[in-house]
Amino acid sequence: MKASVIVFPGSNCDRDVQVALEKFQISTTMVWHQDTSLPKCDLIVLPGGFSYGDYLRCGSMASKSKVMNEVIKFANKGGYVFGICNGFQILTETGLLPGALLRNYKLKFICKDICVKTTNNQTPFTNKISVQKILTIPIAHNEGNYFASQEEINTLKENNQIVFQYCDVDGNISDQSNPNGSILNIAGIVNKNKNVLGMMPHPERVIDQILGGTDGQEIFKSLL
Amino acid sequence: MTTTVEQAKQLGLTNSEFDKIKELIGRTPNFTELGIFSAMWNEHCSYKSSRVWLSKLPTKNKYVIQGPGENAGVIDIGDNDVAIFKIESHNHPSYIEPYQGAATGVGGILRDVFTMGARPIANLNSIRFGRPSHPKTKYLLNGVVSGIAGYGNCMGIPTVGGEVEFDECYDGNILVNAMNIGLAKKDKVFLSIASGIGNPVIYVGSKTGRDGIHGASMASQEFDDNSEAKKPTVQVGDPFAEKLLLEACLELMKTDTIISIQDMGAAGLTSSSVEMASKGKLGIEIDLNKVPCRETEMQPFELMLSESQERMLIVLKEGKEQEAEKIFKKWDLDFSVIGKMTDSKNLVLYFNNKVVCNIPITSLADEAPKYNREWVSTPIPTEINIDKKLNDLDILDCLKKLLSHENQANKSWVWEQYDHMVMGDTVQRPGGDAAVIRVHGTDKALAATVDCTPRYCLAHPFTGGMQAVCETYRNLTAVGAEPRAITNCLNFGNPEKKEIMGQFVDVIKGMAEACQALDYPVISGNVSLYNETNGVGIKPTPTIGGVGLISNVNQTVNFALKSIGSHLIVIGKTKGHIYQSALCYDILHLKKGPPPSIELANEKKNSLFIRELIKQSLTNAVHDISDGGIALAIAEMCMAGKIGAKINTNKLFEDRVKFLFGEDQSRYIVEVNNKDLEKVKKLISSNNIDYLDIGITQKDHLEIDEIKISIDNMLELNNKWFINYNSK
Repeated sequence: MKASVIVFPGSNCDRDVQVALEKFQISTTMVWHQDTSLPKCDLIVLPGGFSYGDYLRCGSMASKSKVMNEVIKFANKGGYVFGICNGFQILTETGLLPGALLRNYKLKFICKDICVKTTNNQTPFTNKISVQKILTIPIAHNEGNYFASQEEINTLKENNQIVFQYCDVDGNISDQSNPNGSILNIAGIVNKNKNVLGMMPHPERVIDQILGGTDGQEIFKSLL
Repeated sequence: MTTTVEQAKQLGLTNSEFDKIKELIGRTPNFTELGIFSAMWNEHCSYKSSRVWLSKLPTKNKYVIQGPGENAGVIDIGDNDVAIFKIESHNHPSYIEPYQGAATGVGGILRDVFTMGARPIANLNSIRFGRPSHPKTKYLLNGVVSGIAGYGNCMGIPTVGGEVEFDECYDGNILVNAMNIGLAKKDKVFLSIASGIGNPVIYVGSKTGRDGIHGASMASQEFDDNSEAKKPTVQVGDPFAEKLLLEACLELMKTDTIISIQDMGAAGLTSSSVEMASKGKLGIEIDLNKVPCRETEMQPFELMLSESQERMLIVLKEGKEQEAEKIFKKWDLDFSVIGKMTDSKNLVLYFNNKVVCNIPITSLADEAPKYNREWVSTPIPTEINIDKKLNDLDILDCLKKLLSHENQANKSWVWEQYDHMVMGDTVQRPGGDAAVIRVHGTDKALAATVDCTPRYCLAHPFTGGMQAVCETYRNLTAVGAEPRAITNCLNFGNPEKKEIMGQFVDVIKGMAEACQALDYPVISGNVSLYNETNGVGIKPTPTIGGVGLISNVNQTVNFALKSIGSHLIVIGKTKGHIYQSALCYDILHLKKGPPPSIELANEKKNSLFIRELIKQSLTNAVHDISDGGIALAIAEMCMAGKIGAKINTNKLFEDRVKFLFGEDQSRYIVEVNNKDLEKVKKLISSNNIDYLDIGITQKDHLEIDEIKISIDNMLELNNKWFINYNSK
């Protein structure tokens, strides 16, 4: 397994995800945002951060960057693309994933451990996770409130594209367990072909017990 | 165009200072020159009231590589690694414009640290507001927290710790003190001492605008009812630009091109150019037409005094301009050769091919005024008997009130707005005694904390200054770290009043004694005076940032109770000092009497003992005893671990209220497994440690003698304040 991590000038979880990938022996190349060709790889990661400052809508400038043209081509050919946090925002801005990420309904940045239920394990990113398993993974975002039209939501459901949903420790998916106001408590979705995943929680932050948890490992193990 | 004494006064200079300027340069300064003098000679930049006393602080131990005087201090943490850190105030701007004031406070301290060659790895802060009921407090709290979050989160540097306090003395003068810690290699530390006549002076970063002109002078004045009018003196932050500047500077630092580097902070281009030249004992020549501008028609005075953010001044080795420029272009930043170092020993500025300033560097720096202001010491307050009031108290009610009080409430509403995990090395998150951050790629870690107890400092500044230092020492100890050095941010009122100056002097003396005894020197810091509104000053608030080293990151503990049936032991002498306690001060509003005294020898002894316990894995949980005494400390340990405790005060101490809520210093509570108890007691006796075995852990409830409260109930009380306050 070979991975490329796209580095925008305002990316700030690029090193964190590199550490996580390498922990699972996934050889990783960092790719600068102005590069126009991608190294040969099986997986592209769009890391968390503030790509170009995100003073405009989060991820909108990044979606128009040179390197994203290549990422879109790669995804359309079936390559795995994994967007975390800002990466998820960029994926919705490019149209590789449907919907949009609005400001959290309380209008505050939130950084804390939350629980998500794995509602689909039929994807390359979740195939080693038992279905319905509850994972504890931190979120850290100001714009993670997933929104899509009713039509798009229906399509997501029909195609089984919802992968993670915010829940409480017992797995209840409710308004109380929804940290940011996302429709259906959506924390992560895949595209129709299941080769593109976007999620707001940061699995790369929980791969080491000393940092507070290991549930993030399950996603990286699934990719192997 | 010559200037008048009236203009000098408008710029914050005094009659005698204006006379001194004329004497130093042998003529009347022009307007640009006068502006430069006012920027360099204000309190914020010149430390004119504090310098005499700051020199009394210990600044050396075997770990200190760079003490005060540079952009930040440097300590050795082994293996060719160094930690670089500093704390700085951004009080005045944050009161006028809380979001931008706090944001640029974070931006400024970050630049101080990465200017030295370090990658910043942890932000901390100490923020203090007025009474929650004051009409501005909610707005200021929300603005400051969002501003700190907005800047640090975008930069991708975790905000791992800090303190939040409310007190009426900050109604008109909030405090925003920001600290940053960075990591560098010992042989790759960059200083601001310029050298080499003819070497090019480079401006990099964002363009210069009109924001922040006179920021430093504003920060050197008291507020009145028209403070709102000062909004234009607050800078506007752009964390994305700073992220680019950080990465570009660190990339440049890997090349062999830099002679010296200095961030443009307070007093912008003026102080950065003067400081570099002054330290190198050289002159500097700048062509102001080459400064990248954001706005049109900017005049020399504005260019020199602007405090636009995210800018650096660099002296390069001659001929390295192109190599450096390439890096800044890659990061889309401005790069301009604006001048050179000279042998004239003067600051010479050109604008439209004319000399607009020509003044000796020494007159701005070394010759800046230095005042030995009049001061009067604060005596120790006398003890008045309050036993009668205490005897009638309902203990459960006291505990509940403390848990629900804004100053003791759970602060997760604050720190959940800060990304505290980015960079993937946060081992102990906010909310503990000290944050623990792993040194990337190693098994060692740094511990960091920020502390001050202003009510102690007001009651007796000497003891308060000492206590602030000791409190950080204790918090670092509680997570198993060896305390190495401190940085300080000294927030006081108007030093021209002898009582205030006396507070400053006494605090320094108390701090110095603690630093000396604990081998725990000051390596950096800043002074913020004139924290007064309409003539009323804040409590003396010497915020101390402490940093310690944990040599094995697996040997750290937090204060969450871990198991049922283990022993709870108080380490340190319990004497029942109740004056100035959180119970008396915040709940009973009994504000008289002396703060608890400190025996520094015991402070050190108890700390060494705790560190030994942690190293030998003889304890599951350690918590320092501070605000709210034993009772609150135990309650916090129960809530963090969701495990209860049963405490029996009978036979331990005659006065139960004083025992439970007294704030005697140098104490900790440790949780010890039954199997280790004997070993621990042996260590206690061989080290001659004062202790009390106060109870055992149990399920679900905290019981103290006949009273009983569930953990869920305590959590509910402790968690509600910030949420209720901010949802109203």
